[in-house]
Amino acid sequence: MEQSESPKPRVSRFALFLTFSRISLSSFGGALFWARRGLVERQRWLTEPEFVELLSLGQLLPGPNVLNLTVMVGYRFAGWTGAAASVAGYLGWPCLVVIGMGILYQHYGAQPHVQQALAGMSKVAAGLLLATVIKLAMVLPRRWRPWLFGMLTFVGVGIMRWPLLWVMGALAPWAILAAWKEQE
Amino acid sequence: MVEVHHLLTSAQFAEIYTLAQVAPGPNVMYVTLIGWHLAGWAGAAATTIPLLVPATTLTLLVGHFNERYPNAPIGRAVRRGLMPITIGLMFASATILMRAVNHDWRGYLLTLLTVAVVLRKSWNPLWLLAAGALAGILGLV
Repeated sequence: MEQSESPKPRVSRFALFLTFSRISLSSFGGALFWARRGLVERQRWLTEPEFVELLSLGQLLPGPNVLNLTVMVGYRFAGWTGAAASVAGYLGWPCLVVIGMGILYQHYGAQPHVQQALAGMSKVAAGLLLATVIKLAMVLPRRWRPWLFGMLTFVGVGIMRWPLLWVMGALAPWAILAAWKEQE
Repeated sequence: MVEVHHLLTSAQFAEIYTLAQVAPGPNVMYVTLIGWHLAGWAGAAATTIPLLVPATTLTLLVGHFNERYPNAPIGRAVRRGLMPITIGLMFASATILMRAVNHDWRGYLLTLLTVAVVLRKSWNPLWLLAAGALAGILGLV
């Protein structure tokens, strides 16, 4: 039987670079689906539980969650140079693509059709983000305290428009302390 | 970028964000695009590198700690305690973006319709973005 703790294969830095390049270049409209497919199904570097565990850690750290996952997977298999190779694969190509799109936008952006299309797409993009947040909120335990902290953060940042760091600084210590007390 | 430094208007920010959303790769690439928009290649590097270095350094440290002590109680408390705050923050930025891009009920309807579709179907988001572009060109939103 396959155990959840898989024997750690030795993975070359070049293989890490190639795999994360492929994930990143296919990930139109969200990287998560492609990251899971590449790492769990194609390469079998991670089991399903290991993937979820690293992703939820990446979720909590500042910065984009799949990027944090990339760093941790690279580090796990080939140390910090492995992490560097993975990040280069994951971010290098999109940097070039997005700048290429920016150049096109400078040339054609003034045309009314382009403006109208982008306006329509921006409304869909806002919906994609909102839906993703709703999906993620489903992982919160069904107890009042986590939802209270979530609501306070939302009201502080989203409605009162207080500075992000103040809100984080005021709430995070209490939230961590409460989670610590709950374990005892 | 918009509220503190006034480097961009909300409309410019929303356009750049959309471009990055349809491009492959992580959504944070809009930061690269903002830098490039303001100051070319040097600007792109100047906005992307500071975004990445502190976050990835912290991630490396946490990854290292996590590999060595996967069941440490402090690690578990931090993971669980911060989760609702992260979600509250993301919910706040989603609603701020929604209010920045929408000017009338038809825009809000398209945004909410997108939410409903994503939660119920597993269609490729690229089709939804294409439908949004079409709706924009036809003058529906």
